[in-house]
Amino acid sequence: MSLIAITEVRKRFGTNEVLKGINLDVAAGEVVAIIGKSGSGKSTLLRCINGLETIDEGSILVAGAQLADDEVHLKALRLKVGMIFQGFNLFPHLTAGRNVMLSPMVVKKVSAKEAEAEARARLAQVGLDHKFDAYPDELSGGQQQRVAIARALAMRPLALLCDEITSALDPELVNEVLQVVGKLAQEGMTLLMVTHEMRFAREVCDRVVFMHQGRVHEIGPPDIVFESPKTLELRQFLGMA
Amino acid sequence: MSPFTTWDIVRNLLLATQWTLLLSLVAFVGGGAVALAALLARTSRNRWARRGATLYIELFQGTPLLMQLFLFFFGLSLLGVNVPPWLAAALALILWTGAFLAEIWRGCVEAIPRGQWEASASLAQSYFEQMRHVILPQALRIAIPPTVGFSVQVVKATALTSIIGFVELSKASTMITNATFQPFVVYGFAALIYFALCWPLSKSSQLLERKLNVAHRHH
Repeated sequence: MSLIAITEVRKRFGTNEVLKGINLDVAAGEVVAIIGKSGSGKSTLLRCINGLETIDEGSILVAGAQLADDEVHLKALRLKVGMIFQGFNLFPHLTAGRNVMLSPMVVKKVSAKEAEAEARARLAQVGLDHKFDAYPDELSGGQQQRVAIARALAMRPLALLCDEITSALDPELVNEVLQVVGKLAQEGMTLLMVTHEMRFAREVCDRVVFMHQGRVHEIGPPDIVFESPKTLELRQFLGMA
Repeated sequence: MSPFTTWDIVRNLLLATQWTLLLSLVAFVGGGAVALAALLARTSRNRWARRGATLYIELFQGTPLLMQLFLFFFGLSLLGVNVPPWLAAALALILWTGAFLAEIWRGCVEAIPRGQWEASASLAQSYFEQMRHVILPQALRIAIPPTVGFSVQVVKATALTSIIGFVELSKASTMITNATFQPFVVYGFAALIYFALCWPLSKSSQLLERKLNVAHRHH
């Protein structure tokens, strides 16, 4: 039984169809990278999974929670799947600790004390327990992204969606974030990540999805996808043709 | 020689100023509450709530406050509801203030980056939870200077209520002028009083704007 089941998903922006019938199943504990050119629909697919975009056809199911465009369904879905963004999107008016505590308190009605303990534990997990009282603008990009990961983890999601989470970082800060993600993968977190970090995808992922023009063009284990791509488009994308 | 001393004039003007202040305060606080409701409706997911709020805002922004006062005062009387001047004045000013504040605040809410909505939505927050904990606290900072600035308009707008017979500073000026035949002295003092009320407000709006811009975002 797969944790995330994406079936025949189609998505249009106006007349432009960006997802043309996507099928993808992700098992619990699996780490999947989505690669492809910009405009291939990979970010849109990710954003559909937790309902940041609506879909026109098909269905998305995460651990029994169905994607539907109403607050009850969206909340149920979003309690199962967390998301990390390219631009971190920390709440600038709250400290790192408060960023992590907010949603457990207001959505899950966890007490302040429990939420704080959870926040300290999650910040420790990303190596930032000493930054509990720092505001986002006092943190580096890499630290902000790690707080964003801690914030998502505090909601105890079954899966995490990572949307190009290192693309906005200075090169020297990329590794500290990838290390955290790698550790999560080892610990069995289900991860679905859009990424340009090919080396990381190769080392950490169980499967790689290559998207092209709104379709899953190739899919397979990283050594097969990267070593012996079957299609011309993937060879071109990998710089082998 | 007039039987009225200058002190008589000033004293009576100051007495009437209380009503100008009270009406301004009522309009501002009531208008703020109405504006908050209109803002939530205007930015909600419900299409009918959005349309209703837009209609209200455009109606009250697109007609003169004087007409609104007349409609509340004379219009409701025609329908058989007897409205005293103070009530008509308060109602019209509350709704007029609410329409303008709602639009000012909507601008501030829309200045908050989309990523803040997406991040809070991804953390399973409902629309009201997002507004309450993520969006409004940030929007409030940028809303303070224009809101304080608009309060100057509210104070000046209370002068219009003199026309439907509410005795505030302007109405009192006219009445005192009719008794003393000293329009220049009376209206001169009235203008000074208005200025004394408005100038600190617009000055503090400027100061707040500078302070909130320069300061760290979170202090």
